[in-house]
Amino acid sequence: MSDTRLYKGIDTRYIPEEPEYVEFDAAERGGPGDRGADVGETGAPDVDLESGKYLKLWQGPNHPGITGNMSVELTVSGDTVWGLKTHVGYLHRGFEKLMERRTYIQNFPLVCRICVPEPDFNEYLYAASVEDLAGLEVPEKAGWLRILTLEMARLTSYLQWIGGQIGAFGVGTVGQWTITHRDYMLDLFEELTGGRIYHMYIIPGGVRGDLPEGFEERMEALLVKIEKLLSEIDLAMFHNAVFKTRAKGLGVITRDMIDRYGITGPNARAAGVARDIRKDQPYLGYDELDFEVVTAQNSDAYDRAWVRRQEMQQSVSLIRQILKRIPKTGPIHTKLPNVLHWRIPPGQTWHRAECTRGEYGYYMVADGTIYPRRVYVRGPSYTHAIAVMEKLAVGTNIADIAGLMVSLHTYPPEIER
Amino acid sequence: METLLSDLESRFGTTEPRQQRADLAFVRCERNRAVDLITHLRDREGYTHLVFFTAVDIIEQGLFRLTYLLHNPELHTDIGVEVDIDREQAEMESIHRLWAQAATYQRELKEMFGIDFPGSPRVDEPFVLESWDDIPPMRREFDTKAYSEHRFVARPGRETHETTEHMKQKLYPEEEA
Repeated sequence: MSDTRLYKGIDTRYIPEEPEYVEFDAAERGGPGDRGADVGETGAPDVDLESGKYLKLWQGPNHPGITGNMSVELTVSGDTVWGLKTHVGYLHRGFEKLMERRTYIQNFPLVCRICVPEPDFNEYLYAASVEDLAGLEVPEKAGWLRILTLEMARLTSYLQWIGGQIGAFGVGTVGQWTITHRDYMLDLFEELTGGRIYHMYIIPGGVRGDLPEGFEERMEALLVKIEKLLSEIDLAMFHNAVFKTRAKGLGVITRDMIDRYGITGPNARAAGVARDIRKDQPYLGYDELDFEVVTAQNSDAYDRAWVRRQEMQQSVSLIRQILKRIPKTGPIHTKLPNVLHWRIPPGQTWHRAECTRGEYGYYMVADGTIYPRRVYVRGPSYTHAIAVMEKLAVGTNIADIAGLMVSLHTYPPEIER
Repeated sequence: METLLSDLESRFGTTEPRQQRADLAFVRCERNRAVDLITHLRDREGYTHLVFFTAVDIIEQGLFRLTYLLHNPELHTDIGVEVDIDREQAEMESIHRLWAQAATYQRELKEMFGIDFPGSPRVDEPFVLESWDDIPPMRREFDTKAYSEHRFVARPGRETHETTEHMKQKLYPEEEA
């Protein structure tokens, strides 16, 4: 065919462009947002369980739509969901309580375990909060190494997520590709930090180690592989009729829900709300990097996936920029006082960062002792998996619940801190 | 933010303004004026995003310090509103009508600290804990170690390795015992 455009072996005719904005009312009968249920004017369905028309159904705690354990209690009539309640508590480990009984340095290997697929944000935010209260400065090189691991973590988390998203609609192949590539990234994490899942790399005062020799070359080779993978994902997922049919119009988040429900991250950006903490309140070196906030308009599961897909490409570009900015020499750590007797002056602070799911943050209260008085971990799943999910599920087909859940990108561990 | 802090002081009698950074400040407010203040910040000052809502147990003073952190997406600034409530009468006005997700925070605070929010949806339903029969576990007097020793049986032959001693030998060998 004469008009076939080939890019690295991929027929680019099928690579989707930015989705067109289609205006519709999610509850309009027969419209693209209609999933069959009449939810009435208030959005609250009138369910009479005694009528015999409804059924209570539990999905979980090992749910196809979630990373970690979480149950949903569904009220269904036929194959339409009329109500959903999120149930958490299957992996409660009480991190916030444990942190009150451990010294600041003993908490450092604990915090990364709060979020398995993307632990580095916990390390960075915990370290940033301690440094803020203790008045510590971080060397420049350590700052760039921190930002490198945060972007590597973003890509790793998205690689896991994107396979889960299309997998929830019954396509398993993409997940096999992406989990393989995630493992390649974990290999690089292992080289840099010594750990594949929990890195314990960002320590108060800096980072634990320098870049290994040849790391930049191996990272570039992997980034090329990931770019090729993204082109293939475009064909297998975004041009897939099943995914398009089921994800378009699914779980529409309206703009007025954004602040009312505390929605952040790609879930908000897919609704056209250009908020990204990396741009709005730049931390580390994000203000020196070249990137644009990705947004979409339709705010359905398809657009949320499209935003995340673009952010994967953005992460690839950011990692390349960061590797060029890391100083070749210089300290990577500030000397800390004796960590066994380290008293942080009384005070409180709050630090936030943009993780793959949205706004992640640490609120820390110090009382002048060797233990933190209170550490509160704010994860985006807290509202996305409960208040938002419970609202969006109403009127959804039962087969789409897993896909809807993944499209909100929720991790239960950050709900049960 | 200085103008805002002095404005809040004159309108709502807030105290102890602390500017942690250029984009982050904390104020303290009386319990009976807190929801008015928060509503004002949301509707008039652009602090439309409820970032989180939690509590700190200050047991030695017999109070819980509630902290509402609000974000202004236009100015990219945060303000934390702290409200002290009596530990013995742990009850606060609900803000679920201001933000839909606030009900979840309040449900968790009821379970973990025993702070009640009358009228908040599903506030009495268990959040994380099922069949919990002890005091709310995030209260300072709840001892996790004593609870686990009482509740569970240690495996025979189990050894405990004290990390502090190991770190002392590794990092500060010259330090006296």
